Amino acid sequence: MKTAVVVFPGSNCEHDVVYALEALGGSADLVWHRDTDLSGYDSVVLPGGFAHGDYLRTGAIARFSPVMAEVNRLAASGAPVLGICNGFQILCEAGLLPGVLLQNRDLKFVCKPIHLRVESTNSILTRAAQVGDVLEIPLNSYEGNFTAAPDELASLESAGQVPLRYSDASGNVDEINNPNGSTNNIAAVSSGNVAGIMPHPERAIELILGSADGRILLESFLQSKVSSHV
Amino acid sequence: MADTTTVTVSIRRRPSISDPQGATVARALRDLGHNVSDVRIDKTIELQVPPGDPESIRAAVTEMCEKLLANPVMEDFEIVINP
Repeated sequence: MKTAVVVFPGSNCEHDVVYALEALGGSADLVWHRDTDLSGYDSVVLPGGFAHGDYLRTGAIARFSPVMAEVNRLAASGAPVLGICNGFQILCEAGLLPGVLLQNRDLKFVCKPIHLRVESTNSILTRAAQVGDVLEIPLNSYEGNFTAAPDELASLESAGQVPLRYSDASGNVDEINNPNGSTNNIAAVSSGNVAGIMPHPERAIELILGSADGRILLESFLQSKVSSHV
Repeated sequence: MADTTTVTVSIRRRPSISDPQGATVARALRDLGHNVSDVRIDKTIELQVPPGDPESIRAAVTEMCEKLLANPVMEDFEIVINP
């Protein structure tokens, strides 16, 4: 399992992602956004940061980076493609995931550990988890407020494409435990072998970081390649 | 004849999409005693393009909006070609 971790001008979580994937037994390389050949890789992560300064809208310019043609090709071939934070925004702009991420409801940059309840195990992020598990993962974003057109949202919900929602430590999903105003407390979205998550699992893989709950999500991602060959 | 034509593109969030900046500014204006029921803060992009037939300019700028300048999931756009 070899993962390309794409570096855009302004990405800043790429080393954390490589460290985390390698700590979990994967193998990962940093790949510049102008590269046009990802044939040596069988999965991709778009990490967090501020791709191209996120001028215009988050992810709007990044989606036209040369590497995105290869990301699209890998996604179409069934390879696991994961976007974390800014990477999630890029995947939405690129049309690989539905919806958009708006500014947080309270116009505050949210940087704190939050809880997520596993809602579905039918995604590359949660296949190794159990429905109802509650994970503690850091959130670090200003534009993490997920929304989608009403018909899109209804289709996401009915198809079980919401693997994770913001909750409290006991798994209660309600508005009080919604850190950024995301519709239906949505923290992650999946579409086949593609997924996006707003919190940062790569920052929660060892207890010294405050939580190791991100491991199950990245382990799910690493296992996804194996399953796609079955 | 001018060297370039100015095209103004207004990008507006759809009415169904919340605007937290606008809501915060509306609250501040009300705190100042103004009678304001709602505020929307949107974006104006001004482009300089070669002069030419307005229809072709409009078609080109529409393509720019659909491809990059606006996100059709949450935004509408309006193009004004300055005379």
